[in-house]
Order: sequence, then C-alpha cells, then structure tokens
Amino acid sequence: MESHAGPFEQFVVHRLVPIQIGNVDASFTNASLWMAIAVLVATALMTLTVNKSALVPGRWQSLAELSYEFVANMVRDNVGDAGKKYFPFVFALFMFILLCNLLGLIPYSFTPTSQIIVTFAMAAVVFIGVTIIGFARHGAHFLSFFVPQGVPMFLLPLLIPIEILSYLFRPVSLSVRLFANMLAGHTMFQVFAGFVIGLGILAGWMPLAFIGALYCLELLIAFLQAYVFTILTCLYLNDAIHMHH
Amino acid sequence: MDPAAAKLIGAGLATISLAGVGVGIGQIFGSFVQGALRNPAAAPKVFGNVLLGFALTEAVALYALVIAMLILFVF
Repeated sequence: MESHAGPFEQFVVHRLVPIQIGNVDASFTNASLWMAIAVLVATALMTLTVNKSALVPGRWQSLAELSYEFVANMVRDNVGDAGKKYFPFVFALFMFILLCNLLGLIPYSFTPTSQIIVTFAMAAVVFIGVTIIGFARHGAHFLSFFVPQGVPMFLLPLLIPIEILSYLFRPVSLSVRLFANMLAGHTMFQVFAGFVIGLGILAGWMPLAFIGALYCLELLIAFLQAYVFTILTCLYLNDAIHMHH
Repeated sequence: MDPAAAKLIGAGLATISLAGVGVGIGQIFGSFVQGALRNPAAAPKVFGNVLLGFALTEAVALYALVIAMLILFVF
C-alpha cells in the first residue's frame, strides 16, 4: 500500500514566499493565501455585483443584499440602535469567518480558521474591544456588571469570582469553538478518505457515501459557526453597551 | 504506568463528557419540536435561538475533543 497522509498533515502551515523582516518571519504562507482569497471574494461579492442602473437586483446582487440584511438584522435585534456603528466590524467578521470556512471545503485548499492562532486573534479582538467599549461607556461602573441583581450579600464573595471567571473564559470559548469545529470536520474527512483507499474498489463506496453526507454537514457547520461567532459578538457588545444582566 | 498507555487511557476517559452533550443536544431539539407542535406559528421566530443553543452545547463536546488531543499529543 502506498503511503498516504495522516489526519493532521492538511493543517501544516508552510511558506509559499519566504519574507524576513528583521527578526520577524513575515512569510506569505498557505494560510495567508487562503485568507487573502477570502477577503478578495468578499470584496468582489459586495462591490462588483452591484448594478446601480437596475431596479430589480440580479442573482449575485441578491446574495450580497441577503448577507447584508442578515447581519444588519442580527445587529439591530441583539444590540439595538446603539450598535449601528459596530455593524461594519460585525459584517466583516461574519463574511471573513464564513468565507474562510467555506473555501476550506474546496478539495486541496486550506482552512485558515482551523488554526487556533487565527480564531484566537479574532476572539481576542472581540473580547478586548468589547471590554474597552464597556469601560469607555460606563467608566468604573462597568465593574457592576459582575454583581448580579437581587443576590443576597453572603453569596457575593462566591458569585463575583465565578462571574469574573466566566467573563474571562469568553475569548477562550469563542476561539476554541470555531477552531475545534473546523479541526474535527476536516480530520474526519481525512480519516474516512483513508478508509476509502483502504477498502478498495469493492467496499470503498460506503465510506465515500458517508463522506458525501459529512460534506453536507460541514457546509451547514460552516454557516452555523460563522453565525454563532457573530451573534455571540453581538450579545457581548450588548452586554457592554447596555449592562442588563 | 507507561506514559503512552496513560495517555491513551486519559484520552478515552475524556470522551465520557460526550454523554452529557448528547443529552443536552437532544433536550434542545426535543423541546423545540414540542413547542413547535403546540404553537407552529411561533416556530420560525425561535429557530435562531435553537441553532445558537445547539452550537453552544456542541462546543462543550469539542472542548472534550481538544482535551483529548492535548492529552494525546502535547503531554
């Protein structure tokens, strides 16, 4: 049997164009390539499809308008009117995660969001941004966010550390949720592909059919994980802006 | 105990948490179906929350996967 790749070789980041700036390795890697492609596709979808002279939008413009409305409704329903100025960030976040997830489903491509550093960078930006927004808007009063309403005094020394801990866990859960979903999906593809090769021509159609079903599931999960990351960002923004608990 | 054997046992033990996750996900969709059978008109409005709850519960399963990977490959 010829040697085929193990389940984790698809996640290796390798340099396509080595670039060294002083001590920093700023090479253009396969991860950078697919993130750049995701940004280009998002930009093309939002700018090139718009036909200003037509009254009825064409097919691609409808797609662009659909995604815009979807995220705009999400921001309006979960953050309220005060969240309108954060819409460009939330929309960019949603489109980037969605396209990184979807482009990773192309065979022989690379999924940038299957790298913990990529998802952690996004989650850290959301967490630090939301915390700064909370302190900027409410000052020191933002710390009352960790004191839930209507709790008897003797429970507070137990409850406040738990509240702070669960707040600090947010960037971890945001990043690990997206990373582990992408990792698990693509690892399963590789493992079942190994079964297809191993079972050969007679029985290999069974794992292949399962890979087909798994592919549909992964398409759903690509959308779902982008939606969940975005809506949790909106909910955290809502927590920081209007401190109801 | 041989460290390699201990790693395998640890990774196997980490999958016990999937029982709770299975119950949780079943609970979410079970209560959605029950509610939708009582009030079909309100079902589309709450479906977004159903997906959010499902993703948050599935995340716990994936934390267990990450712990199993950590035990197997990092320690």
